[in-house]
Amino acid sequence: MAEALYQRDVYGSTLVELGKQNKDLVVLDADLSSSTRTRLFAMEFPERFFNFGVAEQNMMATSVGLASCGKIVFVSSFAIFATGRAWEQIRNGVAYNNFNIKIVASHAGITVGPDGSSHQALEDISLMRVIPNMNIIVPCDGPQARQAVLAAAETPGPFYIRLGRVKCATIENKGEFKIGKAQVLAEGNDIAIIACGIMVPEAITAMRALLAQGVKTRLINMHTVKPLDKDCVLKAARETKGIVVCEEHTVIGGLASAIDEVVSENLPTKVLRIGIRNRYGQSGDPQDLLKEYNLTSKDIEKAALAIVA
Amino acid sequence: MKYTPTQIKELEVKAKQVRRLIIEMLGKACSGHPGGSLSATDLISALFFLVMRHNPQDPGWPQRDRFHMSKGHCCPLWYAVLAETGYFPKDKLWTLRQLGSMLQGHPDRRVPGVEVASGSLGQGLSVALGMSLAAKIDKKDYRVYCLMGDGEVQEGNIWEAAMAASHYKCDNLCGILDHNGFQIDGKTREIMNLEPLKDKWEAFGWHTINIDGHNMRQILAAYEEAEKIKGRPSIIIARTIKGKGVSFMENVVGFHGCAPNKEETERALRELE
Repeated sequence: MAEALYQRDVYGSTLVELGKQNKDLVVLDADLSSSTRTRLFAMEFPERFFNFGVAEQNMMATSVGLASCGKIVFVSSFAIFATGRAWEQIRNGVAYNNFNIKIVASHAGITVGPDGSSHQALEDISLMRVIPNMNIIVPCDGPQARQAVLAAAETPGPFYIRLGRVKCATIENKGEFKIGKAQVLAEGNDIAIIACGIMVPEAITAMRALLAQGVKTRLINMHTVKPLDKDCVLKAARETKGIVVCEEHTVIGGLASAIDEVVSENLPTKVLRIGIRNRYGQSGDPQDLLKEYNLTSKDIEKAALAIVA
Repeated sequence: MKYTPTQIKELEVKAKQVRRLIIEMLGKACSGHPGGSLSATDLISALFFLVMRHNPQDPGWPQRDRFHMSKGHCCPLWYAVLAETGYFPKDKLWTLRQLGSMLQGHPDRRVPGVEVASGSLGQGLSVALGMSLAAKIDKKDYRVYCLMGDGEVQEGNIWEAAMAASHYKCDNLCGILDHNGFQIDGKTREIMNLEPLKDKWEAFGWHTINIDGHNMRQILAAYEEAEKIKGRPSIIIARTIKGKGVSFMENVVGFHGCAPNKEETERALRELE
């Protein structure tokens, strides 16, 4: 694996790159610009950056007014506040109007670590997935965060892009990035593992351990949670013995639910879910938390073996 | 005052016509919100018929002044002034709240002239703030008007927007507060007291203008004054009467969200002749 990167560092520098190309690009933040890295854009283009202080609802609803005047608006905060505090502004403003607003939130998931439960968004994907018109991308590493931001900027309509706090290992040879098109990282017909975000490297480790035991895994990076690549899911359901879905998120309403919905309506298949099970997060070291909440490669491996057994 | 007495007289006649359209629309729809539509009619008629720079034949004209109705439930008023100024044919008004109609119970972008959907209270001032900031980025001189209800300003989002508009010195932004003193559950001062309203807005850095919201001369003068204020946003706090213009609706809280029945519609229209 190549160099580990902070997805938010990549986000900040990609915004600067986009800001140079497009004068209609505007960036908003709510007092977290040093953490989300929108500060990089703010320093370069102060006239197109607005800090709203600790007021996410106003930030989100203001993005709606800006977008109505033709702006492409990037809105950033921590995932819990962006999607939770401002949910209704997103539902009735951003998405109902189908505006060109890109919500890019950092600090998603349990790996926020020591800050604990109040700052660990474990339900943001669910909250965004229920909203019509919303597109959702969960990039698995730094370079994919850049691809997601570039793709969202040139695709009309609202987006939610979920970034983490910690450094991510870069995964090589992922193939082409296209919104709504899953990346098959490894072929195999015994079991399918579908993962997003930081669970992709965990799934890669699990895949290698499974291979050593003779289990051939189809490994899928489902970077776009909405619109979901249904063909890829159904192909996996058809050609393997079952699916393990891995997400650093509650198992209620996120990627696992999206996959359950597709297979249960079309091709009932055994689906086991690696995710957070109806619990709040807590303080701790990110790696310890992944263990505590059963989000490691070992947990994925165990689930896969339970299906093929 | 740049307006002549004849212009003001004509404006008053048009406002009465707008009230008639509101009543007819709601009577036909058998649902909707007459009280707050009628209380804000004079304020909004003045904007659309005289004050705002806009072109009903070209709703997307880049130089147009922007209007946003944050209290979206009063859209019968918005629809009436849009139809009356020629954004769409008046016969569309009789489809209000029907399945498939562009005239939804709360407004959205299907309607020519509606820039942003509304209905969920407390968010519209932020929307207007976004339009105001866009003008600043683009160095355009259009103005942005935002109508709010008084019950609505109980929402925290309003005060977040108020703080930000003053922080960003949005002098192209003019808030209009339809202060009719009522909300669904009763009198605002009994449900959740707003006073001292003027002091609150001033404390947030806004220029305030208190007027009688049914006096056209005062309304027009307020818009003129707001346009002259530089370096901060202005808000017109307009004392109004809920249900204004229809005797049996005035200050009757029951007509906040209840349409007149057939007999009440006829009586109301007779009063507005």
